[in-house]
Amino acid sequence: MNKELAKQIQEIAGVNPRKCMKCGKCTATCPAFDVMEYHPHQFVDMVEKGKVEELMNSKGIWTCLSCMACIERCPRSVEPARVIEAVRVAVARQQGMDHLKPEQIPALLDEELPQQAITSAFRKYRK
Amino acid sequence: MQRIGVFVCWCGSNIAATVDVHKVAETLAKEPGVVFSTNYQYMCSQAGQEMIQEAIHTHKLTGVVICSCSPRMHEGTFRKTCAAAGLNPYMVEIANIREQCSWIHKDMAEATEKAVILGRAAIAKVHLNAPLTAGTSPVTKRALVIGGGIAGIQTALDIADAGYEVDIVEKKPTIGGKMTQIDKTFPTLDCAACILTPKMVDAAQNEKIHIYSYSEVESVKGFVGNFHVTIRKKARFVDETKCTGCGDCTTKCPQKNVPNEFNLGMDNRRAIYIPFAQAVPKIATIDADYCTMLKTGKCGICSKVCAAGAIDYQQKDQLVEEEYGAIVVATGFDPISVEKFDEYAYSQSPDVVTSLEFERLMNAAGPTNGTLLRPSDKTHPHTLVFVQCVGSRCDGDGRGKSYCSKICCMYTAKHAMLCREKYPDTDVYVFYIDVRTPGKNFDEFYRRAVEEYGVHYIKGQVGKVVPENGKLKVQASDLLSNEQIHIDADMVILAAAIEPDKSARPLATMLTASMDTNDFFTEAHPKLRPVESPTAGIFLSGACQGPKDIPETVAQASAAAAKVLGLLAKDNLTCNPCVAQPDEMMCNGCSSCEKVCPYGAITYSDKEFRGPNRTTLIRRVASVNPAVCQGCGACTVACPSGAMDLKGFSNKQIMAEVDAICK
Repeated sequence: MNKELAKQIQEIAGVNPRKCMKCGKCTATCPAFDVMEYHPHQFVDMVEKGKVEELMNSKGIWTCLSCMACIERCPRSVEPARVIEAVRVAVARQQGMDHLKPEQIPALLDEELPQQAITSAFRKYRK
Repeated sequence: MQRIGVFVCWCGSNIAATVDVHKVAETLAKEPGVVFSTNYQYMCSQAGQEMIQEAIHTHKLTGVVICSCSPRMHEGTFRKTCAAAGLNPYMVEIANIREQCSWIHKDMAEATEKAVILGRAAIAKVHLNAPLTAGTSPVTKRALVIGGGIAGIQTALDIADAGYEVDIVEKKPTIGGKMTQIDKTFPTLDCAACILTPKMVDAAQNEKIHIYSYSEVESVKGFVGNFHVTIRKKARFVDETKCTGCGDCTTKCPQKNVPNEFNLGMDNRRAIYIPFAQAVPKIATIDADYCTMLKTGKCGICSKVCAAGAIDYQQKDQLVEEEYGAIVVATGFDPISVEKFDEYAYSQSPDVVTSLEFERLMNAAGPTNGTLLRPSDKTHPHTLVFVQCVGSRCDGDGRGKSYCSKICCMYTAKHAMLCREKYPDTDVYVFYIDVRTPGKNFDEFYRRAVEEYGVHYIKGQVGKVVPENGKLKVQASDLLSNEQIHIDADMVILAAAIEPDKSARPLATMLTASMDTNDFFTEAHPKLRPVESPTAGIFLSGACQGPKDIPETVAQASAAAAKVLGLLAKDNLTCNPCVAQPDEMMCNGCSSCEKVCPYGAITYSDKEFRGPNRTTLIRRVASVNPAVCQGCGACTVACPSGAMDLKGFSNKQIMAEVDAICK
């Protein structure tokens, strides 16, 4: 239980996990369901309850594809993929690993691709 | 100089806990004109009111200031109190030291200071108050019900039953509304048509009820007790007085490919049609968008087969003018379009249907004569998946509605149950977020679906539906077992959210009735005045006010009728004397006030005035009809020369209040 860190993660994500009404549409949508030990609705729940350390130690956060399907379909605008991205950021910050230099970003940008996908994928493959 | 009495109320601890009421009374006693000042625990109580009346007599008060709750709460009470003691009720002013002071402040010194200032402003106003007398206006003893669904029908029947004339305006060719399309009703499973159609016939046969079918309200003028309404009777190209409803024309018309709205486009009707067998009135209507004769002038078959000679291709829209004392809005609801939720593949497969479409597929008078068949290949479906909350309880995604549509949990339980009962070989899944069944015998009904009929209720949602090889691949979550599940379904049924009918918003504008952000009509008070609109003389019946099932709709419809009867039983209504009044000497005849008046209360006329040296001047000046004016004050702001003033809220009085606050 780390409420302070959970609060930080919520701030980074910019979403309010309390808006979640536990409908499970994110988990129903998720194409990476079978390769995750925690599922999208659980990310949101765990961040809300402060169980972020378990989440940060799980492999599942790195198997999230950042496909954004859960964001697209969430009826409450909770946006689980942003929560998971914030958890990954928290991990990266904790380890003091800054894989991406700001000046590298412009070259990576693609109008079709969400920026978040670039940054999250970048970290994963450098890990 | 007025002789003013100040009465400071504690409102128990509501005011006294934050405002030093003794200090307020003492300070205000020193204001000019104040001859008596006191405080008391509950001014609105019998004892408090007697205290005010006694002070009026003993101190010969000519004005009263009450420092208490909002005037919305007790202005009426205190006006009555003072009137009973012989004081003109418009010599009473309320200083709101509760909602606008004690409730919003924490610091006692600050709140006390503010209470004193508010009291001082009220005193300044009373100095300029003049006694006002309310006039009366007569009540037209006839009601209008807009919308002929179960809500409108019930309201009209109840009003007619009490002996008053009532008109129903229905935009469709028949009354009956959404309930005509429903197969069975929860939780008793009695057939909707069997309980509705007798009521439709009752309405048609009642001599106090007049039905304007295929008609719409064009404009509304006037005010409570005296509404003037224009109704557009749309051309149906059939003479209503001659048509016998035999239906010969509807079987001979060669234009066979018109989507049948009664079955939600799942089958076709002809260009001349009667919506369904029990339609009321049972009169044919020509759909001008599809009729070959009306479009090209070549056909005329319906005219040839009509033995009654009722077909009239020359018919035009007709405008009817009527007078009413009260108007009931019963415009109902519609399911939302589910096309925005294309993860459920509604636009990709005919086997994904909405619940209302499913209702027609189960109905004996529906496109499949009551046999449940997959729309795509007309085969018997074995696996059915029901999805709840499609577009309900959404927040911020811009696709759905923020509210719970209320009826879906119950009708889905009904659909699932009926499906299992009729076809025991089916597997029925219901994906839910929460099952909400508050209502008499509702939860028992849902439990029966699970326990006796074996419907699989799964806590979770469907993420996507993909049509593949004649099946619908459903990917969903089961949150209780933390699994993602995959079902090959034959049909998917979407419980679409409901929204107010599209005609509601323009109607609300016509009626100056307020709406919420979802276009549901707002009630005058959410708990205590649930069937009245805040606009006097406008009443609300059924789902136009919020999602409702049939029992609730009927209850509200009768409640609205009771409120209408309370109004129609009066011969005269007391008008608000706080109306606008122009100073003819200052009026420059510019018409600005006439243009902004939302009630049409202002007219202009030429009047003779005495000029210098015994001459006569003719000037164009405004005059206000006090029976029509609602005292909104728009004209007083619009008037460029300051000629228009509101009685009881004159510019001078308001400036005096401002001066008192800024002193």
